[in-house]
Amino acid sequence: MEGNLNLTLKIWRQKNAQTAGKFETYQVSGISEDMSFLEMIDVLNNRLIEEGDDPVAFDHDCREGICGMCSMYINGRPHGPNKGVTTCQLHMRSFSDGQTITIEPWRAEAFPVIKDLVVNRSAFDRIIAAGGFISVNTGNAQDANSLPIPKDDADEAFAAAACIGCGACVAACKNASAMLFTSAKISQLALLPQGQAERSKRAEAMVAQMDEEGFGACSNTGACEAECPKGISIENIARMNREYFSSVFTSK
Amino acid sequence: MTKLDAKIPEGSLAEKWTKYRSSVSLVNPANKRNLEVVIVGSGLAGASAAASLAELGYKVKVFCFQDSPRRAHSIAAQGGINAAKNYQNDGDSTFRLFYDTIKGGDYRAREANVHRLAEVSGNIIDQCVAQGVPFAREYGGLLSNRSFGGTQVQRTFYAAGQTGQQLLLGAYSALQRQVGMGNVELFTRHEMLDVVMVDGKARGIIARDLVSGELERHFGHAVLLCTGGYGNVFYLSTNAMGSNVTAAWKAHKKGAFFANPCYTQIHPTCIPVSGDHQSKLTLMSESLRNDGRIWVPKKKDDPRKASEIPEDERDYYLERRYPAFGNLVPRDIASRAAKERCDAGYGVGTSKMAVYLDFAAAIIRYGKAEANKRNIHHVSDEEIQLMGKEVVKEKYGNLFDMYKQITGEDPYELPMRIYPAVHYTMGGLWVDYNLMTTVPGLYALGEANFSDHGANRLGASALMQGLADGYFVIPYTIGAYLASEIRTPALSTDSEVFVNAEKAVKDQIDQLMNIRGTKSVDYFHKKLGLIMWDKCGMARNEAGLKMAIAEIQELRKEFWSNVRIPGEANNLNPELEKAGRVADFLELGELMCKDALERQESCGGHFREEYQTEDGEALRDDEKFAYVAAWEFQGESKFELHKEELKFENIKIAQRSYK
Repeated sequence: MEGNLNLTLKIWRQKNAQTAGKFETYQVSGISEDMSFLEMIDVLNNRLIEEGDDPVAFDHDCREGICGMCSMYINGRPHGPNKGVTTCQLHMRSFSDGQTITIEPWRAEAFPVIKDLVVNRSAFDRIIAAGGFISVNTGNAQDANSLPIPKDDADEAFAAAACIGCGACVAACKNASAMLFTSAKISQLALLPQGQAERSKRAEAMVAQMDEEGFGACSNTGACEAECPKGISIENIARMNREYFSSVFTSK
Repeated sequence: MTKLDAKIPEGSLAEKWTKYRSSVSLVNPANKRNLEVVIVGSGLAGASAAASLAELGYKVKVFCFQDSPRRAHSIAAQGGINAAKNYQNDGDSTFRLFYDTIKGGDYRAREANVHRLAEVSGNIIDQCVAQGVPFAREYGGLLSNRSFGGTQVQRTFYAAGQTGQQLLLGAYSALQRQVGMGNVELFTRHEMLDVVMVDGKARGIIARDLVSGELERHFGHAVLLCTGGYGNVFYLSTNAMGSNVTAAWKAHKKGAFFANPCYTQIHPTCIPVSGDHQSKLTLMSESLRNDGRIWVPKKKDDPRKASEIPEDERDYYLERRYPAFGNLVPRDIASRAAKERCDAGYGVGTSKMAVYLDFAAAIIRYGKAEANKRNIHHVSDEEIQLMGKEVVKEKYGNLFDMYKQITGEDPYELPMRIYPAVHYTMGGLWVDYNLMTTVPGLYALGEANFSDHGANRLGASALMQGLADGYFVIPYTIGAYLASEIRTPALSTDSEVFVNAEKAVKDQIDQLMNIRGTKSVDYFHKKLGLIMWDKCGMARNEAGLKMAIAEIQELRKEFWSNVRIPGEANNLNPELEKAGRVADFLELGELMCKDALERQESCGGHFREEYQTEDGEALRDDEKFAYVAAWEFQGESKFELHKEELKFENIKIAQRSYK
């Protein structure tokens, strides 16, 4: 017993993609305010193991908010109640004694459940593979300072590049749209001079892949921006649309 | 004793790499298409190697245990990447970066490898900028630099506190481009569980599909392990939860020597442990020591809050002990100094195992500078504070946010409380100049090898090494081996060696599943971590290390008879994954202690209490220990030591001083 929070957890349990899932209810007690949300799940899992039950499967790795692996839908919000944090950086001081917490996986057709809270996000990798790069082979580069880039452009590109690919935007969107994710990469590269050569081809290819994966369209609700743990701006979607349409309308 | 041949090219230090590159065997493009390379790990080293080799035309397979290559723990590197560009005109050069790295490593690294690293460092920055990595820039549009520990020049390139993320996403983009083109086959949620050996050469791997639980056989003419370090042997470290030694350890058991396992980097500035629930520790970047001042109260057990302690009652102990480098001494030195103060009773916070990292002075300094820049006169103290905080936020905002999330305290108002934590491992698989291990065809890149950092790595050099190995070294050095393999046809994975290798892996999984004991994997991992931290951590001594070896052997026995792994092996089972990794840590931990026991000197991250100067500095013994300790596996608890003598022909070896 490290603390004095007693909580009721309603957690989505699903054996695999083929089986239907359902909520199970668990009680945890003695939770410390200093624990991270995932450490609270660790406490539950350790107990389940010792009692001979199957622990809750969930994705996590760096536990410092940067790898983008953790992906829990907590009380109806991706990554829980706090703005600008991932689940692993959410701490139990944000909850109160006696509270009921509902935990689900990301829900989107393009992110099928693998087990419990673990989903398959490889669609994101395929969107990047379709065009989220600058085609420069190793060894082809000129001196880094031969191409000055205005600080504001570099900063804006960095802000878009800060996306961690967690998929919260998709989970938050009623249409399960991946436009915030896709547009962040398109924006980063469109804002930089290095990205100009492939600019129009990139936008078309990435959007096509996004559609092929089964992500929905954008209806400008803004839930993605509100729930993004890294504050990726919805302006990126506007930029992506400009990139896409100017490419489609001007293509030869 | 096997003679270790590092295959260092002839010639003067500055010419070795150039000459090597112009004379190493090449593989013609038609043959490259038939040569298969298996790459395990998708961090900076793995992703950059995979992209570069695929660009050259090799057939590449990449494996990672995470759900995407972009999750590899390189992503979490914060502060920056070094390069000898000398953009600041402050006296930097290839030789100076080489020199700083050798000295920072406490004269325990191989000269030729380190010089090559310094030579290609500039190319890395060029390559990353060309890929669209958004490094920090000045108003003129040129790249910005900052300082890191152990150097007196500004050669660190950065992207806020997220440099590793941006560099990895650059390498990941290059990798995904090759995946899209069909030149790389990607296997996510796959874990390598053994190396397959044919006629003494590495010819592939056995991997487990973590979702289906199925074992798979993959052939490769060469196998590259880019699997990172083994810091998680301590349970608590700044590594990701999944970071592990399994690939390297399986390779070790197949004949790859493990070098300098005792060289562990304890990073001085991490958020202290808050309780038994702690699952990992979080780093606060070394870049913070550019502006933060480290101190403790001058009075023992001072009960006052930091803000109530006046200036003259504070002990800025790094500035006091090391005036030349001050707060920017190398990590090993800063860590030991923090431990010394806390052990002596000057620690702060509830646990008293922490020191302050204070930004108050920097906030005022930046605030005043900002007022001057904006040409504002008669400015109030509050306005200075406000402007100063804005500057600090731009430099370190994400780190300050992270600190606040974890501790619930605001570092803009209160000094951070920090304490050292396990961060990086300089030791790793022994490799020659080609980055090949003692197993032909098996390579180790990045943190997984031992080669460049000696006994202590300087800040912002891990990113440099990972990318150097992947982008600029392996594409050349692998040719030296593969040029002679063009007549080797791809081996069928139905052949006996593959079948047998798979069976051995399956047997171990079955054995683990069948223990059905009473304790969770974490129970054993935490116990191992405590033994390692107490007895093979920041300070080591003979009696402690001997005790640790006995305790680890005992714990290992208990693990193999009493671990409980729930669920089945034929689907996603994180407990089974962890169990396999902890089983390997339980063997590695013993070797680390053995290596630490054998090295009767103090150097870099390895501090033996018996060997220190009067004022508590590390005392090296160059006559007896100027060698790389490369251990050969010979069965449970049996390791034979091989020595690679280190020759310093271009640097005068000296007692390291940062005073």
